[in-house]
Amino acid sequence: MTIPLRLTLNGQAREIALDDPRVTLLDLLRERLGLTGAKKGCDRGQCGACTVLVDGRRINACLTLAVSLDGAEILTIEGLAEGDRLHPVQAAFIAHDGFQCGFCTPGQIMSAVGLIREGHAGTDPERIREGMSGNLCRCGAYAGILEAVQDAATQNEHREDAA
Amino acid sequence: MRNFDYIRPASLPEAVAAGQRPDTAYLAAGTNLVDLMKGGVTAPARIVDITRLPGLSSIETLPDGGTRIGALVRNSDLAHDPAFAKTYPMVAEALLAGASAQLRNAATVGGNLMQRTRCPFFTDAVSPCNKRAPGSGCAALGHATRIHAVQGWSEHCIATNPSDFCVPLAALDAVVEIAGPDGAREVPLTAFHNLPGDHPERETALRPAELITALRLPPEAAAFQGHARYLKVRDRTSYAFAVVSAAAALTLDGAKIGRARLAFGGLALKPWRVEAAEAALAGQAPSPEAYARAAALALDGAKPTGEANAFKIELARRVAVRALTLAAAGTPARIPALPASPFGIV
Amino acid sequence: MTATATPQNAAGTRHGSSIGQPLTRRDGPLKVTGQARFSADNLPPGTLHAALCVARIAKGRVTGLNRAAAEAHPGVVAVMTPENAPKLAQDPDAKAGPFIFRLDLLQNDRVRYANQPIAVVIAETLEAATEGARLLAPTYETETPRIGLDAGDVFTPDAVGVGAPPAESDGDVEAGLAAASSTIAATYETPAQYHNAMEPHAALAQWDGDRLTLHMPTQGLAISQGRLAGLFGIRPDDIQIESPYLGGGFGSKGVPSGPQVLACMAARMVGRPVKLVPTRSQMYGPMGHRGPTRQTLRLGTDAAGKLTALDHHILTASSSFDDFFEPAGRATSTLYASPAIAIRHEAVRLDTGTPLFMRAPGEASGSAALESALDEMAHELGMDPLEFRLANYAEVEPITGKPFSSKALRECYRRGAEAFGWAGRPLRPRQTRDKDGFLVGTGMGTATFPALIFEGMARAEIRADGTGTVELGAIDMGQGAWTALAQIAADGLGIGMEALTFRMGSSDLPNAGIAGGSGHTATAGNAIHAASQDVIAQLAKLATDDPASPLYGAGNAGVTAANGRLTRRDDPSRSEAFADILKRAGRASIEGQGKAGADPAAQKSYAMHAHGAVFAEVKVDPDLGQIRVSRLVGAFAAGRVINPRLVQSQYYGGMIWGLSFALHERAEMDPRTGRFLNDNLAEYHLPVNADIPAMEAILVHEDDSVVNTLGVKGVGEIGITGTVGAIANAVWHATGVRVREMPITLDKLLG
Repeated sequence: MTIPLRLTLNGQAREIALDDPRVTLLDLLRERLGLTGAKKGCDRGQCGACTVLVDGRRINACLTLAVSLDGAEILTIEGLAEGDRLHPVQAAFIAHDGFQCGFCTPGQIMSAVGLIREGHAGTDPERIREGMSGNLCRCGAYAGILEAVQDAATQNEHREDAA
Repeated sequence: MRNFDYIRPASLPEAVAAGQRPDTAYLAAGTNLVDLMKGGVTAPARIVDITRLPGLSSIETLPDGGTRIGALVRNSDLAHDPAFAKTYPMVAEALLAGASAQLRNAATVGGNLMQRTRCPFFTDAVSPCNKRAPGSGCAALGHATRIHAVQGWSEHCIATNPSDFCVPLAALDAVVEIAGPDGAREVPLTAFHNLPGDHPERETALRPAELITALRLPPEAAAFQGHARYLKVRDRTSYAFAVVSAAAALTLDGAKIGRARLAFGGLALKPWRVEAAEAALAGQAPSPEAYARAAALALDGAKPTGEANAFKIELARRVAVRALTLAAAGTPARIPALPASPFGIV
Repeated sequence: MTATATPQNAAGTRHGSSIGQPLTRRDGPLKVTGQARFSADNLPPGTLHAALCVARIAKGRVTGLNRAAAEAHPGVVAVMTPENAPKLAQDPDAKAGPFIFRLDLLQNDRVRYANQPIAVVIAETLEAATEGARLLAPTYETETPRIGLDAGDVFTPDAVGVGAPPAESDGDVEAGLAAASSTIAATYETPAQYHNAMEPHAALAQWDGDRLTLHMPTQGLAISQGRLAGLFGIRPDDIQIESPYLGGGFGSKGVPSGPQVLACMAARMVGRPVKLVPTRSQMYGPMGHRGPTRQTLRLGTDAAGKLTALDHHILTASSSFDDFFEPAGRATSTLYASPAIAIRHEAVRLDTGTPLFMRAPGEASGSAALESALDEMAHELGMDPLEFRLANYAEVEPITGKPFSSKALRECYRRGAEAFGWAGRPLRPRQTRDKDGFLVGTGMGTATFPALIFEGMARAEIRADGTGTVELGAIDMGQGAWTALAQIAADGLGIGMEALTFRMGSSDLPNAGIAGGSGHTATAGNAIHAASQDVIAQLAKLATDDPASPLYGAGNAGVTAANGRLTRRDDPSRSEAFADILKRAGRASIEGQGKAGADPAAQKSYAMHAHGAVFAEVKVDPDLGQIRVSRLVGAFAAGRVINPRLVQSQYYGGMIWGLSFALHERAEMDPRTGRFLNDNLAEYHLPVNADIPAMEAILVHEDDSVVNTLGVKGVGEIGITGTVGAIANAVWHATGVRVREMPITLDKLLG
């Protein structure tokens, strides 16, 4: 018996027949929908590698039961770029070398997108550090991550000023 | 994870009815429950998803000047609500010092109250633990770590409560509104969490099938808004449970302290509020000596459970003095970049 | 035809346009869009999911598993236990060399460490497999485990690290101490640490008869092939391993871990592809760790502050069943000049998983103690810690007496100190507070790591359309091999990056050795260089032998390759495009091969190390003890820099590991049971973004014509060394409290 689930996933309406109520959003994305950008680093809300946006807010996909998300809008790393044009946060991570192995990177980027949308950190380095502290990076790319988020946040402020 | 039936009730009465079946757990965001289910610490047969229940997601100012917070309000939404953060700054600061932005975006305030302990002998799902498996013993006794209790513990359990949010709530006389099979009732937050005593498995005042519907801050709580701080000592700068924390709030009548509130996190299985210390501050001039006297009273009766946590008693005294000093200096205009951190003070 | 890269043909090195450029990562667009496919991101049709059941005791045996309960769980396909696990062609405890580690592969019911795999459940879904594993509810016969450095009998191991002697000495340390005008003795402890790469040790295994296809992150493709071939009794060539991206390795993915082999066994048993991804806590045990140490240092100096003796004793631990002993004395044998040096390792055996190389194995732990001891000695003498190090600067490698192939450490000290603002630092501790009342302290440490090179091969090709290909089984675990090696390849072939096809990360490519020991750029890079030189030599011969070519008669050594053309050295106006040379010769392409390896003659004559100096500033709450590093500056000299952007990131990463070592990491075990108390990322602390201060990494120029053809040394590990000591020394300088037990946590500063 399956559980019907409606999601808007990266802008597309999806009807999903969920095979098991135990499935987390992360395992739904990775093992059932082929969206493997979000990563499983701890599966317990302790590393942030699975960060995606649900209804515009960054959350840990590993601790969220998919069945509870009926009707939700989900944005994953795969839905961030517009065609070949990288999202400014993605471009900034490349420019500032905000990653090494790249495993935590989708989570870092989705977290940064969420942080900028939340609007509490601005471009203040200390507030960005704090706001990005839910995303562990074992390679130690934190300096580049900070620079990348600052850069993207600054661009975002300029765009808002221009708008 | 054990398989479970998933039930999504449309109304509170439906939820309560569903919750009356044995082996049922209420699910809000699941940031703690799903974690515990993955770890095999808890294995409910039925999950009642309460996240869609109407009427539990708003923050309202009550006619008496108090504030009512729906149980399903998300931690980050409460912390960033401008009116709430202005009126109850130490609550907002405590919320923002907890977990990570992702977890705060998901976690509900009701769920925050229901957080289980991080005691490793509880979470490992196999060690003797009277809380998880009543009567099995307490493996933490004899190997206490820095997270274990120095106040209010018993020979049956030395765990601590991990919540930051509950600490200022306890200090501010918050009230927990509860719905259940016998209707609605309310419990002071300070009476919501049980000390372990002989029954560590009885964790909260909730009876079977009851659930939290709201938290209420009484009108008096707003009086502390100009002098209220939460201070959290941690082993890393962010995304860490408290080693010791304290919420301190004062009203100042001219050069004297009017009323004082003081509660601690990281010391006991419940937020540790010490009214004797509060009383000792009332009417005193705000001074290091007065804070030190209050801090000493606050740690009265504290007893380590092992070598690894003896330091927390002295640390808690110092945290109390610092938190009171910061509170007296006045609530900052904006929550610091590093909320509740000793390094976020400026 | 095969060319070999050795120092003898260093003069042939071409300085092209790609090497030295701060190119962004070529794998960057894939990684920022979620398209980079890590091992666990694969899911071929029909894949089953496997979950481990692991031991919750540290010593004893499994007496029962509720197989029926697991098998009855909907979705469970099979339960693999010692009863029915495929028998292996080779005893997994057979020890054929230092890179073969004993594995627990369900061949018996014995438990020798907590979190050891004791069964595997295979199911249609991950959820079913995971619950099936829980339902096995094992029972045990439990023995008392030995946990902690005081729990075992002390002995002297035959070797430490990979085949290094357990003791080294030069001169008479006791006489040196007796003659000293000042001495110190101090004992430091470092805890067991776990690699905690963000990516778990996943494996997706698929059999086709006796052929195995495996998606598995590994730092060593050929080593993994060899190990698996031995266990399964098949040929290495019948194992295809795909490892294009590693989500961090740090040494823990150098050899296949038990769970990865179990995935292969499970796939063989059920005849379908099986994916097995251990949970985070299951990584605390069968994947190695940095062994704990207790290190006692005794130093003596004369009145001028010159060392008269340097004595370093290390007690470390390995598992009850295998050998890896943290070679923590290594830094002491290379850093400071002293007429008498003695290094001795001893060890105990504990009921834990076997330790393994973990980023800067030996040097990280050893330098933590050594650099702290140097600081204690400088304080005893009333000398500035930097002055003290300069006074004992090793002009030749201590003990061996060999000259250094290059050593720009003085320049590292100078530039690091200048950038940091070291001059004028008060000598005494607890002298400085900032405007907010925090105690401020500064400290420094010397960084060092050997410049290693392993055996490696590469293949290169130039085609008639002017494009080229370079391929080898190299590995990118974050250091930037996809980019830096491609830069070397482009320059080697004399083409632009856009004309280069670069392949790596797959076991059917030439064996490029292991990505470890900070030696991969040297190994793979020199192999690439040699292969491309082979191609260019063949191309040059075609041209210079051909009367129709403008290069006719120039001879092999007389041309250079750049921009897709060969050009006469003595007459830059005479050149010819690769494409024209090949077309005229009627050749579609020219292929070449090359290999790299250590040059025994150079190794015999020279000591080869990278060096650096790290300066740290910390702030400490005077009442609460909470610590925050406020500045980190490192200056490093490591030969030629292929890509400064990536090298800087490697230094930053290493320095952050040093910070983590000094302040955060410690695996806690319950000595009564041997179980972990913090086998998770909430309580085993790695630093978060808010722990990381403003950082600076200075790339100090260093030419080295001896170390290898390209003149590169490793940069991946050196950043940890020096940093641990610098931070520990800064904490002492801030507080006056010398914490000799890592990590330095706030309780140790409360007084």
